[in-house]
Amino acid sequence: MSEAAVLADPRPRPRRPRRAPGTGRPAWSALVVLAAVLVTTPVLAVVVDGLGSLGEGGLPRGIGQMVLTTLVLMLGVGAGTLVVGGGLAWLVTAYRFPLRDALVWLLVLPLAMPAYILGFVFLSVFDVAGPVQSGLRAALGADVWVPEVRSLPGAILVLSLTLYPYVYLLARAALVEQAAGTYDAARTLGAGRTRALRRVLLPLARPSLAAGLSLVMMETLTDFATVQYFNVNTVSVGVYLVWKGTFDFHSATQLAVLVLLFAVAVLAGERAFRGRARFHQRGGRGQGLQPQRLTGWRGWGATLLGAAALAAGFLVPVLQLLVWAVGEAVGDPASLADPRFVQYLVNSAVVAAVAAAACAALSLAIGHGVRMGGGRLVTSAAQLTTFGYAVPGAVVGIGVLIAFAGLDALLERAGVPGGTGLLVTGSVLGILYAYVVRFLAPAYQAVDASFAKISPTLTWSALSLGAGPLRILARVHLPLVRPGAAVALVLVLIDAVKELPIVLLLRPFGFTTVSVWVYELARENFWEKAALPALVIVAAAVVPVFFLVRQARAADLPGKAGR
Amino acid sequence: MSVQAASARRAPRADGTPPALVLDRVTKRYGAVVGASALELTAGPGELVTLIGPSGCGKSTTLRLIAGLERPDEGTIRIAGEVVADGRRFQEPERRRVGLVFQDHALFPHLTVAKNVAFGLDGLPRAARRARVGEVLDLVRLGHLAGRYPHELSGGEQQRVALARALAPRPAVVLLDEPFSSLDESLRAQVRRDTVATLRETGTTGVLVTHDQTEALSVGHRVVVMRDGVIEQADVPEKVFEQPATRFVASFMGDADFLPAHVHRALLTCEIGVVSTVPGWGGSDVDVDVVLRPHEVALDPDPGATARVSAVEYHGAFVLHHVRLASGRTLRSWQPHNVRLPVGTAVTVTVAAGTTPTLLIGDTAVTSPPAAATGASG
Repeated sequence: MSEAAVLADPRPRPRRPRRAPGTGRPAWSALVVLAAVLVTTPVLAVVVDGLGSLGEGGLPRGIGQMVLTTLVLMLGVGAGTLVVGGGLAWLVTAYRFPLRDALVWLLVLPLAMPAYILGFVFLSVFDVAGPVQSGLRAALGADVWVPEVRSLPGAILVLSLTLYPYVYLLARAALVEQAAGTYDAARTLGAGRTRALRRVLLPLARPSLAAGLSLVMMETLTDFATVQYFNVNTVSVGVYLVWKGTFDFHSATQLAVLVLLFAVAVLAGERAFRGRARFHQRGGRGQGLQPQRLTGWRGWGATLLGAAALAAGFLVPVLQLLVWAVGEAVGDPASLADPRFVQYLVNSAVVAAVAAAACAALSLAIGHGVRMGGGRLVTSAAQLTTFGYAVPGAVVGIGVLIAFAGLDALLERAGVPGGTGLLVTGSVLGILYAYVVRFLAPAYQAVDASFAKISPTLTWSALSLGAGPLRILARVHLPLVRPGAAVALVLVLIDAVKELPIVLLLRPFGFTTVSVWVYELARENFWEKAALPALVIVAAAVVPVFFLVRQARAADLPGKAGR
Repeated sequence: MSVQAASARRAPRADGTPPALVLDRVTKRYGAVVGASALELTAGPGELVTLIGPSGCGKSTTLRLIAGLERPDEGTIRIAGEVVADGRRFQEPERRRVGLVFQDHALFPHLTVAKNVAFGLDGLPRAARRARVGEVLDLVRLGHLAGRYPHELSGGEQQRVALARALAPRPAVVLLDEPFSSLDESLRAQVRRDTVATLRETGTTGVLVTHDQTEALSVGHRVVVMRDGVIEQADVPEKVFEQPATRFVASFMGDADFLPAHVHRALLTCEIGVVSTVPGWGGSDVDVDVVLRPHEVALDPDPGATARVSAVEYHGAFVLHHVRLASGRTLRSWQPHNVRLPVGTAVTVTVAAGTTPTLLIGDTAVTSPPAAATGASG
């Protein structure tokens, strides 16, 4: 999801103006507009329905508590990721210490660990029945006091550990790439290392920190699975519980509007935090910050800090999962061939593949449509299609339900009794729709990045050589944006396999994916059984992180060459 | 520079056949900005028209309007006698018989040279297509590179492939958007000569956009000077250079200095004395500005003179002298490479014999005395 947005380009990038032919092709322009309508409909539906039903029945109960919990959770995770992500970025950029070069990239790995997996591994270790508390009790007696693990701080800790790479990546990109020349300029103007740091580097990194934090908070807001392990009731959890418990449309929608308000607040907060600063330019070539060598215990202390984050966020949980999975396989070899597992894998794969194909195809059509022109309407519509990623899953889910309800009403009026019948039972179609709304942004960004590399003159030449839009798509655009389309496919595929909240909310009775299975097993404390499917998800999620590292590494090379 | 070559490159005659390209009062607006305003332009078969102007003057917009990449707000465009755009009709670019050559060449990077050239020949049977590809590649002398990919070619070769590709479908007009400016200085002249020769050989009508004054003057049968979306002057190169229609054309097409002057009894005088006679202005008594180009200004060292050499630039074959007049105004003068007057030298400034300088009233050139001035002094 939003991680993919970072993947497509870890640095903030100026929007490059693109002159499209002013004429436009009605069919292609209509397609782009249609895609924008498709993406925005669920959100608009939530807003309209939520506001329209405000007067009825009063607000859902416990709403104040939910809002407060959500606020504390988001601020807590924000602060946590700022300390961990920002601190680590600072550490690896400003200092040299043993294993630093490896840690620079390994520290990104927790991105591949979904919070709902880290969450249950964390609980298994630290909860009442886990080894830590058992050990403490054995050593200090049965009534030794330990903090409650299933709590708000526990959730904040787990979410911070999986989400800090967003802040880490953006902060590091800002420190390394944007600031090099500016830092040099500050030094030549007589500023010492510390002053150049405080007065130049940190202010320059601020917009990137803001961007990273807003990604983190969006992810926190979207989650309503992990926090439930910790008995933390956020507004997103409220949407889920109200809908699944009572099928009360209006209460769910009103809560969804609240979630949306939080999302808007995050985006507004990002803007405010950036201030008027839009430091998009790279600060030119330069030596930049010279890392200082840390020696002796300081050096190894730095190594330990980095290793601790990596271990807590990725290595230890993966190890634990492996131990469980192997134990299961040895203890009960039949479980490996569990037909349910195969069935859920197939479910996940099929849904993800269809969503990925749909997103990639739509992205291609949008990119091509923009290239065919049509003016401001078409370019704004294309921009709108990327807005779904900023919308929390609970909102998308409820919005899709409302949209389907509207469709049902239309069909009934048209004489089809019962309409599609998709509403209450949920449907795979709904999941797919929600996936497209949510994941079209990273797919389009990947494809658009490829389109940006094709000079418009190429398109114009093809036109003047007598090729119509379809032929240009097939013979010029498609061959040239294939790399971007491939990236889009992979990104959506993996995001869709990982995705949990939308499936939980929209799945029809009896439809289970690998992610849902992991979640259900973990909620029942069947940790050993959840280990193997969890590992499958983590393994899949490592793929885009690998891409990301390779890409960031390539971008980092010029900076390195200067050193 | 263009004067000698002029008679040799008169545009071919067009008898019976319709002009290859006609723009009739074509206007294009972008919001409040006018990209092109009431453009009038005709190009006969085989004619090569150069479009020149400062950046943002609308020359590229004009090209895009002709190609169909922009829709005009007003006016009519005809290509080979067929209306391709007017108030009601609009023909999409792929249906117009227009070839495009861009500065970046815009070759399809995933296709070989032969397939690039064949791209516009989709309608032809295979054998005919292959024959035509061979034909145009031979025309630009690149037959031996048919199997290469664009990135395996030099810049000059890429440019020739782009031209061959544009010519392959036998377009009625080829539009060239600064086609030589991405090439090295050393290569540019050769590629330019080859391109012009190819266009002439095939009798193709061409519109070439450039920002290089020398290129515009030396290549085009006709030069169109644009500014702010308006055509300031459209004429044969020697007219544009020797009789600029406006102050802007005078200063944009070559170097020019302006001096306040006066016409009285057919005699043109200014700060440096009598410049020339102005036949037909016998009855007028009027203030004008005179346009003086550096090659028209003669210098003569003279200790008693009030004008001083203020700067000297060595350009190789010629030396450019800046001269400050008593009034503080500056004139420039080209001197042969062996003349190099030190800064501070006192010189008398005259206008070379036989010069018929352009006169401006306001920003517009005048060739006959203004009616009001004649009446007043009659």
